[in-house]
Amino acid sequence: MSFDVARIRQDFPILGSMVRGKPLVFLDSGASAQKPRAVVQAMVRSMEERYANVHRGAYQLSEAATADYEAARAAVARFLNAADPREVIFTGNSTAAINLVAHSWGRGVMRPGQAVLISELEHHANIVPWQMLRDDGRGIELRVCRVTDSGELDMEDLAAKLADGKVGLVSIAHMSNVLGTVVPAERIVAMAHAAGAKVLFDGSQAVVHRKVDMQALGADFYVFTGHKLYGPTGIGVLWARLEHQERMPPFLGGGDMIASVSFERTTWAEPPAKFEAGTPPIVEAVGLHAAIDYVTAIGMPAVEAHERTLVDHAMRRLSDIDGLSLLGAAQDRGGVFAFGLDNAHAHDLATLLDRAGIAVRAGRHCAEPLHARFGVEGGTCRASFGLYTTEAEIDYLAEALTKAREFFS
Amino acid sequence: MFDDLRDLYQEVILDHGRKPRNLRRLQDADRSAKGDNPMCGDRMELFLKLAPDGSIADAAFEGRGCAISMASASLMTETVKGKSAAEAHKLGEGFRALAMTGTCPDCGASLADEMERLQPLSGVHEFPSRVKCATLAWHTLNAALDGGSKEASSE
Repeated sequence: MSFDVARIRQDFPILGSMVRGKPLVFLDSGASAQKPRAVVQAMVRSMEERYANVHRGAYQLSEAATADYEAARAAVARFLNAADPREVIFTGNSTAAINLVAHSWGRGVMRPGQAVLISELEHHANIVPWQMLRDDGRGIELRVCRVTDSGELDMEDLAAKLADGKVGLVSIAHMSNVLGTVVPAERIVAMAHAAGAKVLFDGSQAVVHRKVDMQALGADFYVFTGHKLYGPTGIGVLWARLEHQERMPPFLGGGDMIASVSFERTTWAEPPAKFEAGTPPIVEAVGLHAAIDYVTAIGMPAVEAHERTLVDHAMRRLSDIDGLSLLGAAQDRGGVFAFGLDNAHAHDLATLLDRAGIAVRAGRHCAEPLHARFGVEGGTCRASFGLYTTEAEIDYLAEALTKAREFFS
Repeated sequence: MFDDLRDLYQEVILDHGRKPRNLRRLQDADRSAKGDNPMCGDRMELFLKLAPDGSIADAAFEGRGCAISMASASLMTETVKGKSAAEAHKLGEGFRALAMTGTCPDCGASLADEMERLQPLSGVHEFPSRVKCATLAWHTLNAALDGGSKEASSE
């Protein structure tokens, strides 16, 4: 199927709206993406025609809802090219998925004296759960791999911090939500495994922008969230190898995650149910399934090619603007650009862009240490692209930025 | 493209934002407090020198942030000098009403001159996400007046 962005935009009702009298130019998909009609309709159909609780009713509606929920799991497994759908655990979002690993693997499997290795480019969701683990009195250390001035992972530093063999888990963003950097994931897996460490990737940004393949990647854990992938909020995914799930104690206890319960002793359900306590996000799973079907029908290679065009175009246009500085210059990057103007604070700039109908994020984008690393504690503006973003929108952003600089001069 | 934003970014705001008045550390401050906008990254530290009668003899600040937060802190330090703690609190209440609604119907005649000086910031009420930029300095002032060295947050 050829990539027709004009036709794709018609699938997203919100993209036709007006903001402050101007057509909406939505450049905040990295925070949360807009939803195609197919996702909305699938969720409505689920609630209007096929809704009941899952895994427990011996009646037709519950069986239908259970089938839909498990079909969503299978769709995620295909999307990730996972070897087995049971490797897919549904969570609330990426943050919940990382916390699950930090609690269950971190507290249940890792041993005192071991370390978790993250990097300077992490989102707070991949920093704070590990700090909580470190501060839990279990003797687990937290190490931080440096990022180079161009915004890439410092692979020499990574090797140095793996060298003593104490790192039990490497947990790194597959793609930075600020710099756009895509890390060399296969190389990280090889280095970590050689040093005896398991690997978790936070794929929240990456899965939106390119095809990921669990069997080719060889990692141990992979997380992403539905709402950045054109799906609903309230659902995320932890992909975890079955052998790891077997070793991990449950995180949350409750209904649905047990085999049998008595006051003396409770036994756990088999993976992945062991990690899905309580009524799961049923309608959200249906929505995520529809979102995956949507992007798969377009084709991730086509999405990636479109984004490459946008990234090249944005690089050209933004580099031309006097006084504008871009954060990071990684060779391999996705459609995320954090920038600052020499005469305007990020928040003032975002207010101006909003007046032009342009939605960008301002601040530190849940990556405060990364902003400190690059000496921009006051924050940056961030434009992030989706599969519906056009070159004309980037041109309009560039024009607005030029005028914003004049405004503040 | 941005002409209608001149209501928010009036010349006096841009001027105080670029060249904040009283942007310095008061070495012999009697009171100080830090203010932080965690969502925005705006940070400031406010210093007060008190007169024997408890009124504000001098006010100064250090910090960094957007034009609105810098201009607000700058204008605040100018307007609270010479005020008693009670007057400064009252002015702060009036300013918060101004920032949130655009007007302060309850502001009496006694502070009319001061409120007029702060009027250029009233445009912020049309930008809900920016109100806290304007009020950070006044939250920090309360913290400095009420206790020794506290951390104020506009969240």
